[in-house]
Amino acid sequence: MTRPLTLTPSIDATVAAGRARYTSLLGLLGLVLLSSMGLSLSLGSFPTSFPEILHALATPQDSDIAFIVWELRLPRLLLAVLVGAALAVAGAILQGMVRNPLASPDVIGITSGAALAAVTFLALFGTTLSIHWLPAAALIGALFAALLLFLLAWKGGVAPSRLVLVGIGLSAAMGALTTLLIVISDDAVAMTAYVWLTGSLYAAQWQDVLGMLPWVLVAVPLCLAYARHIDAMALGDAVAQGLGVNLLRSRLVMVACSVALAGAAVAFAGGLSFVGLIAPHIASRLVGRGFARLVPAAALVGALIVLYADLLGRVAFLPKDLPAGIFVSGVGAPFFVFLLHRTRH
Amino acid sequence: MLIGRFYRGLGLLLGLILVAAAFVASVILGTTEIAWPTFFEALTHYDPSRVAHIILFTERLPRAVIATLVGASLAIAGALMQTITGNPLASPSILGINAGAMFFVVIAVSLLPLHTPADYVWAALLGALVAACLVVLLSRGRHGELAPLRVVLAGVAVTAMFVSFSQGLLIIDRQSFESVLYWLAGSVSGRELSQVVPLLPLFGGALLLCALLVRHANALLLGDDIVKGLGMRVGTIKLLLGLVVILLAGSSVALAGMIGFVGLIVPHMAREIFGVDHRWLLPACALLGAGLLLLADVASRFLMAPQDVPVGVMTALIGTPFFIHLARRKPA
Repeated sequence: MTRPLTLTPSIDATVAAGRARYTSLLGLLGLVLLSSMGLSLSLGSFPTSFPEILHALATPQDSDIAFIVWELRLPRLLLAVLVGAALAVAGAILQGMVRNPLASPDVIGITSGAALAAVTFLALFGTTLSIHWLPAAALIGALFAALLLFLLAWKGGVAPSRLVLVGIGLSAAMGALTTLLIVISDDAVAMTAYVWLTGSLYAAQWQDVLGMLPWVLVAVPLCLAYARHIDAMALGDAVAQGLGVNLLRSRLVMVACSVALAGAAVAFAGGLSFVGLIAPHIASRLVGRGFARLVPAAALVGALIVLYADLLGRVAFLPKDLPAGIFVSGVGAPFFVFLLHRTRH
Repeated sequence: MLIGRFYRGLGLLLGLILVAAAFVASVILGTTEIAWPTFFEALTHYDPSRVAHIILFTERLPRAVIATLVGASLAIAGALMQTITGNPLASPSILGINAGAMFFVVIAVSLLPLHTPADYVWAALLGALVAACLVVLLSRGRHGELAPLRVVLAGVAVTAMFVSFSQGLLIIDRQSFESVLYWLAGSVSGRELSQVVPLLPLFGGALLLCALLVRHANALLLGDDIVKGLGMRVGTIKLLLGLVVILLAGSSVALAGMIGFVGLIVPHMAREIFGVDHRWLLPACALLGAGLLLLADVASRFLMAPQDVPVGVMTALIGTPFFIHLARRKPA
């Protein structure tokens, strides 16, 4: 018996195979993240074994280990995952919108707006107001920076390349003001500000996790709802308009999502740079194009990056607890340069 | 724009007077004001027992000299970079040259016992070279052309990389806090004249090389094809001009840390007044750059008196509106 000869596999089969590959990749990334979370929970200055961790997770109010796991390691771990995911998605949105692999929240000044507000807060109210207000200040800073960015880049619309260039300028000015504040405040405040600027998850608490969560839960689905628009915009403005995309409204929503995610991440974890740049790149190498496919993968990769950076800072240099930001940029920056070199054609 | 030799010469003369006036202002103004007669007295009959004389020679005069030197160098470097890349936003600070030099200096200072700019200027030059190579490598398109937005983004990424490395170093090694902050913020104070002198040959050499290449730089404005048609080598010209940029920017960073935006704004101002001919443009850049940095430094003493604001912060605040204006004007 001979089977009918088909020259091309049917489209359905190709799509199904691609989907299966994507699902399994995503599942694999999820598994890696889960096991890394387990690893991160069991490592630290107080040595604990994995069964002990499981026991402590099951019985929250029992022992010292339960306290370490529930009050110290778990919130810090969850915050790292949320922050990493948020920064990665924020970067993916901007890169898709600007059609440039180099755009990210740190490049266009959202991070530096948050940083300026946070350092202002530390310099002016560092001794009088509770540190719990710092995230609120940083978020306001990020929103304000984004608003200013839009106003200054507005010229009968917002062309992405103008948005980026104006953002670079704004970011320089806010960086200068931040430096000024650090130079004129006393050394203790300056050092706190500096550690914050580098990005650290030190002493993360449950209320930080709960403060971060809503931003991710709102902004990620919202940007996914606009995934088709981003994909259309990737083909060029004219094509997108032809496909019925309202360019201005889509851009506003996308930038709002990106600002909310990046602003919240910076508010709770400081200026972790390069996550928003490299996570979307790694993700798109794994899963290919298509914004809706990219976002979950980027979020997982971003979460992994921040998780391991924080784990390294926590464990590798005991008794010192180094800010995660050092490792993110230490590994991220050269890797980014490498990526850029690879993708230039 | 000034047209004709006479008017341009007059313009340069005015610029020279501006620099001289700013220089004198920089020397006599400050928290301790130094009266005119004291200034001349100190120049002619230096008396080490008088406080005013000591302030003048150990603080004010070096500060003014450094501001003049660094302002002029950064402005010339910026003008040359704009010519080489054909990008109006190019300048040592935007394209990461300053950050590269700064990072290498910070590393050298924290690892080796180096104390004066002459000791670590080689580190600054090496850093400037590395950063320049990185940016060129990253921003070349398929046919070796430098795409405008890509150049700027590559520069910003390289800057971010070097700055975050320096910040990381600072947190690991808290001893170097003060010095790193000094480089990051950019400042022309806290140096002595004897520390400046050994660097003068570097500045002088760069300016000489630059003077020899003025006509070639002019040719670059016509476009690469025409330069080739004239029988000149585009690559060699750009390489040599790049060397001038690295010498000027690296030495400036070794003296004063990261001072941004002088190299961006001044060439545009000078072009508005003197046109694009490098024979006039470069001297004009030197004068305007020196004048701008001197005045910014004087202003930085009064902005939050008695505290000194780092002059790099001042130039960034002056320069940003200008940068945004340029970014908006550029056709997207």
